[in-house]
Amino acid sequence: MAFRQPSVLPGFGLTFGFTTFFLSAIVLIPLAALVLMAASMHWGEFVHVVLSPRALGSYRLSFGASVLAAGINLVFGFIIAWTLVRYEFPGRKLIDALIDMPFALPTAVSGIALTTVFAESGWIGRYLSLAGIHVAYTWIGVTVALTLIGMPFMVRTVQPALAEVQRDLEDAAETLGAGRLYVFRRIILPTVLPAMLTGFTLAFARAVGEYGSVIFIAGNLPMKTEITPLLIVIRLEEFDYRGAAALGVVMLVISFAVLLAINLLQTWGRRRLVATGR
Amino acid sequence: MAGGPIQAVREELTTRPGGDALWALLTRWLLIALSLAFLAALLFAPLATVFATALEHGVKLYLATFNDADTRSAVRLTLLTAAVVVPLNTLFGLAASWCIAKFEFKGKSFLITLIDLPLAVSPVISGMVYVLLFGLQGWFGHFLQEHDISIIFALPGIIIATMFVTFPYVARELIPLMQQLGNDEEEAAMTMGAGAWMTFFRVTLPKVRWGLIYGVILCNARAMGEFGAVSVVSGHIRGLTNTMPLHIEILYNEYNFTGAFAVASLLTLLAVLTLIIKTLVERTGYKRR
Repeated sequence: MAFRQPSVLPGFGLTFGFTTFFLSAIVLIPLAALVLMAASMHWGEFVHVVLSPRALGSYRLSFGASVLAAGINLVFGFIIAWTLVRYEFPGRKLIDALIDMPFALPTAVSGIALTTVFAESGWIGRYLSLAGIHVAYTWIGVTVALTLIGMPFMVRTVQPALAEVQRDLEDAAETLGAGRLYVFRRIILPTVLPAMLTGFTLAFARAVGEYGSVIFIAGNLPMKTEITPLLIVIRLEEFDYRGAAALGVVMLVISFAVLLAINLLQTWGRRRLVATGR
Repeated sequence: MAGGPIQAVREELTTRPGGDALWALLTRWLLIALSLAFLAALLFAPLATVFATALEHGVKLYLATFNDADTRSAVRLTLLTAAVVVPLNTLFGLAASWCIAKFEFKGKSFLITLIDLPLAVSPVISGMVYVLLFGLQGWFGHFLQEHDISIIFALPGIIIATMFVTFPYVARELIPLMQQLGNDEEEAAMTMGAGAWMTFFRVTLPKVRWGLIYGVILCNARAMGEFGAVSVVSGHIRGLTNTMPLHIEILYNEYNFTGAFAVASLLTLLAVLTLIIKTLVERTGYKRR
């Protein structure tokens, strides 16, 4: 078989050439340089950098807070999506449009704004600190920032799935005597579960690499409130390029694993829908 | 303890006619309240705080921020970066979507995955790859120094790092749209004798215009607001390599909160404008795929 199938339309050579050239120059070659830089290290050196106590501490915070934030979004993202799809209330359209705000808002802005709100003199931090909860400059603050960043991913993935739930099935189940919780568990949840898992992984993937909105609200103390991307920046500022590259490769590998998981989840979700005849 | 009365109310509710509707109403308002409380704490309060802090010491001090030479140069640099990056990535998006949506070739889905790659990478890594290539200790660092070319800690570095981060935005919007709209009109135009460029400008471009606008405004918002990647390559030189988000960081760390939030308020307005255009585009019937 030929490389491409014939077509009456022109411009394949030009656009394909431009696309691959641009892609290679901006994305692929630079990423390859990163992998090469890490590969130029001795195995022992690589392991030493990647498994140093400070690096391990940063993974614990980055991955722990990201899982926690994505988990919070699993619950609240679903509730928000449900509210927007099922209920009619004043201001619903405005709220729906504002869900995308964390996408559009520069991360530095959400970073300083969240820090101000949750600091001990802030609008919300004031009351939380009375209860003994300190959000700003602790791991809780990191989780709050990552929750905000991940929220639109969950809501926007679950919304279309919820809209597809067949209302007549719900009505039929209720007429046959099923309780509301039973309907939720057996009809609604199975339909939206793949979307929720996809939203979870998307929110998690975004959170792990997040930098701008976190560094203001995190205390940035080594081992305690230092995220992995910040450790990479610190290594770069020390001109320890190889150390930075090694940490970068660890993050890249994990990102790709997550990306693969998203693809598998989506395939699984599609197959489920086909199998149940929807 | 309180089980007695609550139990009674529950029984009353479940046995009374219309009790179900009352339960539905209760859950409904509870869920709406939960959603609003969550959004209020995480989204609305921070947004309001941007403007409240910026205007805390009066409009005069707020406006004074924009008379500062460093702030002005940060705004200029951000505008310049977006003016270079957005057109280039739009051109790329058009080329990539034409090539992917109009033709069948081997390795197409692999190519799409590669285009999406920058979205999966941490912004810090997006900046770092260029430091590793062009930085002092990087692959080409020595060569660049000998020829007195600066990329890292200079404008070219800021532009390419921003390009990396915003690379897929237009392409991602256009590829599924063009695939869905099909090739029939283009093929008809070509067989009736229209030239290649005429077909593109008179048939394809009008067909995908809303998706194109959508992609361009998202690309622009990200280009102007990018922090992590640019922070790594910029060197934070005041008045020279400081973009608006980086300038916010400097002012904030100097405890100049009025200044930091004044600059932040501009970027917040940009985000609001982006969302307004996005909503207007969606109102034309355009749907994201």
